[in-house]
Amino acid sequence: MAPKFQGVDFYDVDGLLSEEERAVRDTVRAWVDDNLIPIIGEHYVEGKFPKHLVPQMAELGLFGANLPEEYGCAGLNNVAYGLIMQELERGDSGVRSFASVQGALVMYPIHAFGSEEQKRRWLPRMASGEVIGCFGLTEPDYGSNPAAMITVAKGTKDGWLLNGAKMWITNGSTASVAIVWAKTGKLDDVESIRGFIVPADTKGFSAKDQKGKLSLRASDTSELVLQDVCLPKDAILPKSGGLKSPLSCLTQARYGIAWGAVGAAMACYDEAVGYAKSRVMFGKPIGGFQLQQARLAEMLTEITKAQLLCLQLGRLKDQGKVTPQQVSLAKRNNVDIATEVAREARRLLGANGILAEYQAMRHLANLESVYTYEGTHDIHTLILGQEITGLNAFN
Amino acid sequence: MKIAVCIKRVPDSETRVKIAPDGKSLDEAGVKFVLNPYDEFAVEEALRRKEQAGAGEVVIVCLGPAAAQETIRSALAMGADRGVLLQTDRIPADGFEVAKALAAELKDGGWDLILFGKMAIDDYNHQVGPMVAELLGLACVTAVAHLELAPGTGTAEREIEGGIEVVEFPLPAVLTTEKGLNEPRYPALKGIMAAKKKPLPTKPVALPPGGIEVLALLPPAERKDGRIVGEGPDAVAELVRLLREDAKVL
Repeated sequence: MAPKFQGVDFYDVDGLLSEEERAVRDTVRAWVDDNLIPIIGEHYVEGKFPKHLVPQMAELGLFGANLPEEYGCAGLNNVAYGLIMQELERGDSGVRSFASVQGALVMYPIHAFGSEEQKRRWLPRMASGEVIGCFGLTEPDYGSNPAAMITVAKGTKDGWLLNGAKMWITNGSTASVAIVWAKTGKLDDVESIRGFIVPADTKGFSAKDQKGKLSLRASDTSELVLQDVCLPKDAILPKSGGLKSPLSCLTQARYGIAWGAVGAAMACYDEAVGYAKSRVMFGKPIGGFQLQQARLAEMLTEITKAQLLCLQLGRLKDQGKVTPQQVSLAKRNNVDIATEVAREARRLLGANGILAEYQAMRHLANLESVYTYEGTHDIHTLILGQEITGLNAFN
Repeated sequence: MKIAVCIKRVPDSETRVKIAPDGKSLDEAGVKFVLNPYDEFAVEEALRRKEQAGAGEVVIVCLGPAAAQETIRSALAMGADRGVLLQTDRIPADGFEVAKALAAELKDGGWDLILFGKMAIDDYNHQVGPMVAELLGLACVTAVAHLELAPGTGTAEREIEGGIEVVEFPLPAVLTTEKGLNEPRYPALKGIMAAKKKPLPTKPVALPPGGIEVLALLPPAERKDGRIVGEGPDAVAELVRLLREDAKVL
């Protein structure tokens, strides 16, 4: 049996966590070691999402874990939630993405913008994994600029009529319900953006997997088409309004990504250290050469910084003080350093580093997507630039 | 079903342990402590028996330092109902003293079953469970790998060399659990949150050292590098000689 993951903790960050936070982290860590690590390489190569793990994840309580217990969720604080994302992505970014979408992009908006009836109808079934959701904001021609979306929802006598297309939708083909964002007014009226709960079996709704991905291969990514989709009046999320509603969902998901990226980096570092100590070249372990030591020192430094960044971000979020810009900084930094750590780990592993048997190249390929989704690295740069200068550089 | 499960807080088996400067204890700095893995089977079995019976109580009993509350809570997070910590900073090396303290706590509990892991992975003694059974005057089966219960009686299987030993016993009884008895559950997140609210009183205990004293702890000897004796049939005679005379395994 493979050795259990021992974590990376150079600054006793564990000592800053509560007993419950550590217990949550340990339970997810053990589950990932036992159930995800042994199968992920094969699923990745075959381009298959490990769907059989969904009921187990639900039983552990991983979906919407920071939402209240009255809706069937675990009611954890945000640091514990972040640690879940870290441990899942230590396994694979695709599996963490699944949990992020279910919790932060579908359950969160239903909880934040839904009616009491919608919350009671959907949240317990999503926490239990019975219902899987997806989130439709990005469109084929509107990624970084969602304000320009062209999906529309027209008010009719009985309800709503939706038309449009969404792209790069994680869980799209697996989901039995979609949160779709559409304009209820004119195309230049950004304030008219509203969220809709769209059951996937509604006539006119279809999802098709996007093929040929070289990243996030153990995750379903789909295109959604909405052609004259008729919805009842109560399909709208009543408290949603304007672009800020979907963006607030993204802030939740980005928060989890900032933690998740640290998990991927820890996995790569752990693998690199093990390899450096055991791989012998020129008569000694390659870890004994300065070039590899420089790599490892750099990795450990960046991981430690990112861990502390996440933890303080989580504490701020638990105090209700976090800003979207602070989340942007963490997402931007942590995904960037994680990608760098994965790349250096892959290189340290030499030729072995390109094999699916090892983790580094899978994480590296995944992280290129994570770098791009949920606000690209560049967009977060502009968010910070605007925060610093007060000047908008988006357009 | 009213079941007591006796557990121990032990260093994680993946931890690299260091010997403390006194030469006879472990340096606990940086060591991760966990619920003894064999005790996990005991906790899981207790939970399953209670769930099958549809009623009952699973109580966790632990002797150890204040930090062992965290270990007890990990068992409560799996689903046990309450715990009790017999708190002491010094666990005697003599298992009989530990057994006496546990037996005193357990004696009037009205238990249907008292479960232990078959051994603790820190001292490998296999002692405390059978000793508690003896002190309480109860039947004991050790290293149980399969268990069937009926009213007032039970049947346990033990894996022994070359076969399986089947043992019948009256209830209440003390059983110690072996790997393979079940697959312990993960503590679910809701269980972790619920564990905080479950009763967990601590009772200070002062145990005498008993009849055993640890004089020194020594790390195992470094393993020597292997060597290649030769190749082909010509090397066989030399290999056999070395196995007989040097390694003394033949």
